[in-house]
Amino acid sequence: MTAANPQAVTEPVPAASGAARQAAGLPRLLPPAPGVREDLEAHLARFGHLPRAGLSPTSLIDAAEQAGLTGRGGAAFPVYRKLAVVRRARGRKVIVANGAESEPASRKDAALLWHAPHLVLDGLQMAAEAIGADQVYLYLHRGQEGKIARALHERTAAGLDRRGIVVTQAPPRFLAGQETALVNRIEGGPALPTFASPLVPERGIAVHNVETLAHLALIARYGPDWFRQVGTAAEPGTMLATIHRGGRPEVIEAPLGSQLSTLLDHSGAAQAVLIGGYHGTWLPASAVDENLTLDNRTLKRHGAALGAGVLAVLPGQVCGLREAARVTRYLAAESAGQCGPCLNGLPRIAAAMAELAGSRPRRKTREDTERWAGLVTGRGACHHPDGTVRFVRSALTVFADELRRHATGRCSAPSSQPFLPLPDRMPMSEEDWI
Amino acid sequence: MTSSSAFWYASRATGVVALLLLTLVFVLGLTVNRQTRLPGLPRFAVTDLHRNISLLAVSFLAIHVLTAVLDTYVHIPVAASVIPFASGYERFWLGLGAVSLDLMIAMIITSLLRGRLNRITWRAIHLTAYLSWPVAFVHSIYSSKDMQHGPMLYLAVLCALILAAAVIWRLASGARQTPRAARVAALLSQAQRERQAEHARRMQKASR
Amino acid sequence: MRTALAKDALRVNPIACTGHGVCAELLPELIELDEWGYPIVDSSPLPAALERDARRAVNACPALALKITRK
Repeated sequence: MTAANPQAVTEPVPAASGAARQAAGLPRLLPPAPGVREDLEAHLARFGHLPRAGLSPTSLIDAAEQAGLTGRGGAAFPVYRKLAVVRRARGRKVIVANGAESEPASRKDAALLWHAPHLVLDGLQMAAEAIGADQVYLYLHRGQEGKIARALHERTAAGLDRRGIVVTQAPPRFLAGQETALVNRIEGGPALPTFASPLVPERGIAVHNVETLAHLALIARYGPDWFRQVGTAAEPGTMLATIHRGGRPEVIEAPLGSQLSTLLDHSGAAQAVLIGGYHGTWLPASAVDENLTLDNRTLKRHGAALGAGVLAVLPGQVCGLREAARVTRYLAAESAGQCGPCLNGLPRIAAAMAELAGSRPRRKTREDTERWAGLVTGRGACHHPDGTVRFVRSALTVFADELRRHATGRCSAPSSQPFLPLPDRMPMSEEDWI
Repeated sequence: MTSSSAFWYASRATGVVALLLLTLVFVLGLTVNRQTRLPGLPRFAVTDLHRNISLLAVSFLAIHVLTAVLDTYVHIPVAASVIPFASGYERFWLGLGAVSLDLMIAMIITSLLRGRLNRITWRAIHLTAYLSWPVAFVHSIYSSKDMQHGPMLYLAVLCALILAAAVIWRLASGARQTPRAARVAALLSQAQRERQAEHARRMQKASR
Repeated sequence: MRTALAKDALRVNPIACTGHGVCAELLPELIELDEWGYPIVDSSPLPAALERDARRAVNACPALALKITRK
């Protein structure tokens, strides 16, 4: 990989292609014009072919390391490290593209698979090559494989891929995309988390979010220095985010380190922002100043993280407690039910949140919630209870004023329209609320 | 009484005691599995009882087998105690005893090596108890005329009834238990109901 | 039998655990039960004095959910 000249690593492309222009600008993953679906021809015209000559498996891992690419699935783990560990593992090697976007508020992976499936598939093939994969999987929720089938068909017809891809279906559950649950499913079991001792990468299995693979496909073409042209030094590149402001959610691509106030088009009507997703953190609207930027280093200072890239702006006329209680009930219902503390704690926390979101909750309920939150943290096989507690605790902190109002039988919000998206499968009836 | 007869009596006596102890061990095993408390005993006492009585039962079995082999009235090679259907005398009924003993040996060995074994493997072998006991029971009844009439028969039937009752209890308890997949929904409904009941109580109190 | 090293620690497999509670009876210094009967395990390095009791607790767990692991 050469340093300054992005064109040096690409094979010769037709002069009419805008590959070099595209390489410098934004957006990188999403198409430059809205609503344009990319087929293989458009993909190759925009990005050119993947470099094949002179690209050894380790050079992709080196490129990922130099580029500083971190996982875009929520954990933000350095990609090169995971690839290196899997590459070193003995025995059968497997790579999985995780497109099972189980977070109800996130739409970015679906958007990526719709607009740029070939980038994802390019990245998947390259990563498979880098680790020496014996098996390649694409893990998708039901209803998504139709979209990807066309892209796969085009690639087969063009003879692009060295390895065949097995598309595996994820059940419509929140934990279906969790790493050990995914592996369980791929190996023929249910999509339930496991407590196996060696970590998944050490077992020779590389699980990467589809967005991560798309970035990898571009790094392979244009090099790590190109990747680092935007973003921050510690967290380079761009990321996809799903923004909820009321109405249809919007998927955007922004450089890391962007000002949140600009991205959110922050107007005074907002009372709070949810950052990350339903395992994320609530922040008061006042925290969204010019210093709050889209990167983990800054967000960590506020106790938040990028997570699944969800940014939801709660308008003033919606009751934050009510929204939090709705989501908590969903999260409780999505527990795998395998671990005693989670199975017992989350439903009780959900019921308590429903009470706190209602009129005149008992004082004991607030104390119970905190006690249960402490009891479930760190005591499950996965981080579902921890994420749920993070969501709940931040809600109770940010909506403290609302809690006080509810204690006297009032509520500041005139609207009872639901704001945060939840799957239809779990209808929220009025009987749940008193 | 010749020494040969003494061995024969010893074998039959220790066999009966072993059967009684194994019945008790089985019931204790189910008690542990169902997390049932025995009055006055901490839980570790129940698990220890299950383990210690099983070792006691095996000791009686060892003497049962040894005395049967040493007895010269009938010829039973020592190998026949673990190799089924290898004895000349009462080949089939004794063979069942060997089958049962083999399963028990597997259970004991895997339990001694518990920490090192895969959980699923250990449990699968331990569940062969459901096979081992009935096989031992049939072996007991038919290996010697003793248990086919009189007080010995009543004792045998009593053991069988106790075991059957225990297994029925175990199955019923399992059936009553919420299936794992449904537990989350059940607990959510329960937590919701408790909250609504509490709210109704408070509303009632407030309206008085 | 292998003797514990300074970095050994107790760990419970939360999926295997069904809340028998035998471990908490045998090792109250390091394990207590929560309000639902599930163990809260102190997973700091195992003190040498408690090693024997810890092994006893590991062997006694009916669900084979307790383990001593090397950190």
